[in-house]
Amino acid sequence: MSAALSMTAPALRQASLLRLLTCGSVDDGKSTLLGRMLFDSNAVLDDQLEALDRDSKKFGTHGEHRDFALLVDGLSAEREQGITIDVAYRYFSTPRRSFIVADTPGHEQYTRNMATGASTAELAIILVDARKGILPQTRRHSFIVSMVGVRHVVLAVNKMDLVGFDQAVYDNIVAAYREAVVALGFESIIPIPLCAREGDNIAMPSPRTPWYHGPHLLGYLETVTIDEAPAQAQRLHFPVQWVNRPNLDFRGYAGTIATGTVRVGDRVTVLPNQRHSTIARIVTADGDLPHASAGQAITLTLADQIDVSRGDVIVHQASAMQARKNMTARVLWMVDQPLRPGQNVIIKLGAVEANADVMTLRHAVDIHSFRDHPAESLPMNAIGVVDLAFDKPIPTTVYGRDRELGSFILIDRMTNQTVALGTVEENRPKQANDNGHVVPRLIGRTGSSRRRHFWASVGRKAVEAGVLFLVVATLAQSLWLALAVTVADLLLRPVADRVATWGWRHLFAGHRPSITGGHAD
Amino acid sequence: MNWFRTTVGIDANRHGPARPGHPHQHHAATQHQDRSTHSDTRTSVRTLTHLQRLEAESIHIFREVVATCDNPVLMYSVGKDSAVLLHLAIKAFYPAPLPFPLLHVDTTWKFREMIEFRDRRAKELGCKLIVHINEDGLRAGVNPFASGSRLHTDVMKTQGLKQALDRHKFDAAFGGARRDEEKSRAKERVFSLRSAEHRWDPKNQRPEPWHLFNTRKRAGESFRVFPLSNWTESDIWDYIAQEAIPVVPLYFAKPRPVVERDGMLIMRDDDRMILRPGEQIEMRSVRFRTLGCYPLTGAVESEAATLSEIIEEMRDSRSSEREGRLIDHDGSGSMEQKKQEGYF
Repeated sequence: MSAALSMTAPALRQASLLRLLTCGSVDDGKSTLLGRMLFDSNAVLDDQLEALDRDSKKFGTHGEHRDFALLVDGLSAEREQGITIDVAYRYFSTPRRSFIVADTPGHEQYTRNMATGASTAELAIILVDARKGILPQTRRHSFIVSMVGVRHVVLAVNKMDLVGFDQAVYDNIVAAYREAVVALGFESIIPIPLCAREGDNIAMPSPRTPWYHGPHLLGYLETVTIDEAPAQAQRLHFPVQWVNRPNLDFRGYAGTIATGTVRVGDRVTVLPNQRHSTIARIVTADGDLPHASAGQAITLTLADQIDVSRGDVIVHQASAMQARKNMTARVLWMVDQPLRPGQNVIIKLGAVEANADVMTLRHAVDIHSFRDHPAESLPMNAIGVVDLAFDKPIPTTVYGRDRELGSFILIDRMTNQTVALGTVEENRPKQANDNGHVVPRLIGRTGSSRRRHFWASVGRKAVEAGVLFLVVATLAQSLWLALAVTVADLLLRPVADRVATWGWRHLFAGHRPSITGGHAD
Repeated sequence: MNWFRTTVGIDANRHGPARPGHPHQHHAATQHQDRSTHSDTRTSVRTLTHLQRLEAESIHIFREVVATCDNPVLMYSVGKDSAVLLHLAIKAFYPAPLPFPLLHVDTTWKFREMIEFRDRRAKELGCKLIVHINEDGLRAGVNPFASGSRLHTDVMKTQGLKQALDRHKFDAAFGGARRDEEKSRAKERVFSLRSAEHRWDPKNQRPEPWHLFNTRKRAGESFRVFPLSNWTESDIWDYIAQEAIPVVPLYFAKPRPVVERDGMLIMRDDDRMILRPGEQIEMRSVRFRTLGCYPLTGAVESEAATLSEIIEEMRDSRSSEREGRLIDHDGSGSMEQKKQEGYF
């Protein structure tokens, strides 16, 4: 245990908070690493250690050694299978900092759990087994982490003991990783050689890696500063979460500031209705404030009596933010039943809930090669880019500018399950770029099922028309009559079809189930 | 829906920040503001302290429930976590009164000081307090000595809680559980969906990315909501000190009559506890790290009589707070089992 991390905290800590996640595959030793970090920061207490030693004998995979993974693998099912199947949150602190760690599962079938854990993280520890190097799953983990906006990565090269603490092995892995993720644009990648089980480079520099001169893991996590403010983030985005109206004299708008700073006297606009007013008070239970910033939960009052409700967003008058009825977004699908274009779901973005139609699935993203490829549906754990249309305008912005109002979940309206998480790519849906503008909207994009259906029906119609033409021509011995009948059939049949459908619907309104039943027979 | 009786205390709050018993609040807020003035070009999240971030996130959760559920309730168990929970709830809806009642499931074996404290706080704050006792269990004579800790907890606490939630048709119940308390809680969601039978399905939990909570549910289903999910024991005490939140005096050391039984120090709170042969009551300086039913709650020997002494003692401590809880020792996976059956 490190002396540097011993607990000599002052009575009242003013420490900062770092949220991170650990990701890696089952065998990379992720839970062991996390258990080790808890142990080395004194977060594991005597009675828990006793329980650990008891459990190590019962479930442990390390013989007589303490199995640190058992400190963090909580649910009975996980212990029996020896894997981590859900996001677990772990807490520890050093005198300098408090940490919230999302411990996420590595298996591909738990990609959704990993994305969930990553969504609030500021830094990711990506584990690699030194014997195996960069694997497809390393690329996948890196991609998901970058998708939800994590900009800082620690590449933890674990199990260095099993490659004899060989610098060449380590250097190769680091170089291969940097090359593999160059497209993901991480701001920092800090590689560290580790042996989690025995504690090398976790809480103090390891004597077994004399060639390594970088920081040890806990030391780095304690001191890293994460400046996650792009310039645009200074613009005020205040989603109204709840209207506070205890009596006729007070009407306040409660919420948490997503980005920027608000001051008393600021001229503001309320989206989506574009009404203007001035900030009168910033109310908190600790007294009114002159100004407040991102992350603070406050209540605003306005100088004018205008209609504001839950889901509205208060922005500065100069703000570029807009309320939109459609957008392009990147989604991660999270349930068994795949996503298909045409599907209707509920979107929750900020404090807004609305109906959303999935208009098009532009493409899926291969999470190993990071390349786009055409797709007709998204299975569970797949990522794709979709165009969404809403039944009411939603104030939103690009994810890179605002993590709170650029992210959303999709909910199944029948089961109430959360079926997807997503990030706003851009506000205005671009038309598909490979097919011009009008054509893909009418007949679907190249390779899509809509396009195939289109060509199939064109073919069927051509065959039908040809047969009709030949039959009439043979019977009536007149080419002109045959042509006229064929054209009339082509034009009139759709019309007759529509009239018939309309007739059915009106005659049998209220009896629709029996009609469907009849069709099915 | 006004759960508050109009009291002088609440009216006083509406007109200014100075609240009796909260001397540090205004000062702390002012300090923070001064700091952020100079750092306008940087993201201001960085200037919030650890506790300020936790507080804001908890307030966000409270507001989300009140905005989306019909009939919430705050499960008030009188302990330190409940004290923080209640304090945050009042902050979240200020200047409006608390928009939901408090519910205490009384097993009839709580420390007398807890009950006194509960009634006094509810009165001071003007909150509506519902006390529920499982009368069936009482009639059946269930008690921690004769029935054992497991049956007692199940009948008086778990079943009692279900009865109360069903009787009042609450569709969301706030609880003070923290993820750092116990291993199986580390994976519990902030919004935990329960079936109409109050069962928890660990395999079917809804993902909670960012701060987006799926608050949709079917008729009969309800949520357990845990605004303190991301707090640790140490955060709780730091916050109690920072905000000067009143807590039950049992947390502070003082000479109390205790009996050593099964390796634990049990405080004999009333004469329902019959001494076994050889046992004798001693006056020792003790305090409690968690509070529950007195026959099931072990005291720790301590001299820590003030908040700062408690915080110091906890930092030096080498055992977890739940060590003093008899009900957690029924086997390593036992809490998970209880939760699936509907234990809070």
